[in-house]
Amino acid sequence: MGNFLVYLGSFGLSFVSQAGGMFLLLVTTLSLTFKPPYRVRHLFKQMEFVGVNSLIVVVLTALFSGMVIAFQSYRALSKFGGESLLGGLVALSMVRELGPVLTSLMVTARAGSAMAAELGTMRVTEQIDALQVMAVHPVHYLVVPRFWAAVLMVPLLTVIADAVGIAGGYLVGVMLLKVDAGIFVERMRDMVEWIDISSGIYKAFVFGGLLALIGCYKGYNASGGAEGVGRATTEAVVIASVAILVGDYILTSLLF
Amino acid sequence: MVELVDLHKSFGEQKVLTGVNLKISRGSLTFIMGRSGTGKSVLLKHIIGLLKPDRGKIIIDGQDVTEYSEAQWQRLRRRFGFLFQEGALFDSMTVAENVAFPLIEHTSLSWREIEKRVQEKLSVVGLLEDRDKYPAELSGGMRKRAALARALALDPEIILFDEPTTGLDPILQVSIMRLIRDTQRQFGLTGIVVTHDVSIAMKAADFIAVLHEGQIVAFGPPEEIRGSPHPFVKQFLQSAFEGCLPEEGSHV
Repeated sequence: MGNFLVYLGSFGLSFVSQAGGMFLLLVTTLSLTFKPPYRVRHLFKQMEFVGVNSLIVVVLTALFSGMVIAFQSYRALSKFGGESLLGGLVALSMVRELGPVLTSLMVTARAGSAMAAELGTMRVTEQIDALQVMAVHPVHYLVVPRFWAAVLMVPLLTVIADAVGIAGGYLVGVMLLKVDAGIFVERMRDMVEWIDISSGIYKAFVFGGLLALIGCYKGYNASGGAEGVGRATTEAVVIASVAILVGDYILTSLLF
Repeated sequence: MVELVDLHKSFGEQKVLTGVNLKISRGSLTFIMGRSGTGKSVLLKHIIGLLKPDRGKIIIDGQDVTEYSEAQWQRLRRRFGFLFQEGALFDSMTVAENVAFPLIEHTSLSWREIEKRVQEKLSVVGLLEDRDKYPAELSGGMRKRAALARALALDPEIILFDEPTTGLDPILQVSIMRLIRDTQRQFGLTGIVVTHDVSIAMKAADFIAVLHEGQIVAFGPPEEIRGSPHPFVKQFLQSAFEGCLPEEGSHV
């Protein structure tokens, strides 16, 4: 029992200190964003890394998710003759939930982990200290472009994921399960409102910021050589993924 | 020029600095010596504001900078150069890009002028031919020379060296040290070198400070240190020249 309390206490302390650290990093990042020099080239480089290079993995994930939802929903809907709702159901699931969440999770795995590993390596090889002694603010140089690249690119990827997911659902629903194409599209247009799409995109903004912030925080504060960098990377992916899912619940309950 | 007054620093339970007093005069090359893990690097990081002391003062050019904010430190650091133990070169950049980095960040020089300055610094350290290599392609000695070129890029007034010769073979050690000595003389810099290499310090230093148990126990020109009556200094010098500690010597 005593041990359990000790564990609980240290977990609580580390949770609070890390949450505080991330919040401070967010404040610093935001306050340094509009401070010159503007590192536009860095921003574009990161946008390419976070966005363009994640495209294939996001497209694949969204495509197969859309296809699976179509299959699963068709089974359930056909039990009460509601196959006609398939288009709307696939589209709603994609734009409200799966688009933003799956995209963010995939970007976390690809880019969030890379941010933690890159910054972590720079930390343990004193490259971050080197920036500091050369009077370059490390957060300005390293975190600001990564943060904004993720905030901007995750919503864009989400829009693509939404479209591809719906296309996947159409493929299975119309081509394979022989739902009428007109009904599929018409139901989708009936059921999906603008707010469904926009709420998904709002979420994507937040998730993008979260995954970059957590990846950068973990890397920036890494210690203990190669092992420390490995640990920072793993923790970044785990914490960011959990944060995205928890954040998803909170945002969903707030937005509707 | 650089003055440390009663500097204290602990990490958790571990007391690293317990009242360091040290005065470093302009244009001199001062070596801080001591055993590994005595806080020499910690001391160096205080001088450039990477660490804040728990107690005590850091005075640079008569200005108390102890409570400086990060923004104030940033301005001050432009006058500093810092050579990290492992070089700390940016591994995503070539040697030339590394040297150009502080110039791009802090000057409004044109590309041509930057290029000229990079050439000049690289020729000082003898790395002109390796300018387009990445740090991973360089040997340890070359990496340190590249890092020195980068540290010199902004023509600093004060340059700090963290173990510049550690991990190099004896010939490279001498050549790096000569390079440091020559550039320091040539540019009239104030140099502070942290090392545990006694023989090199004795040859190159204007002043030597010996750090032991968190305090400076001896300070003066090399001849004076050689004759220091302090038991640790005597033991340290003796073991450096004889290769083993006196009390162990009787058993070997």
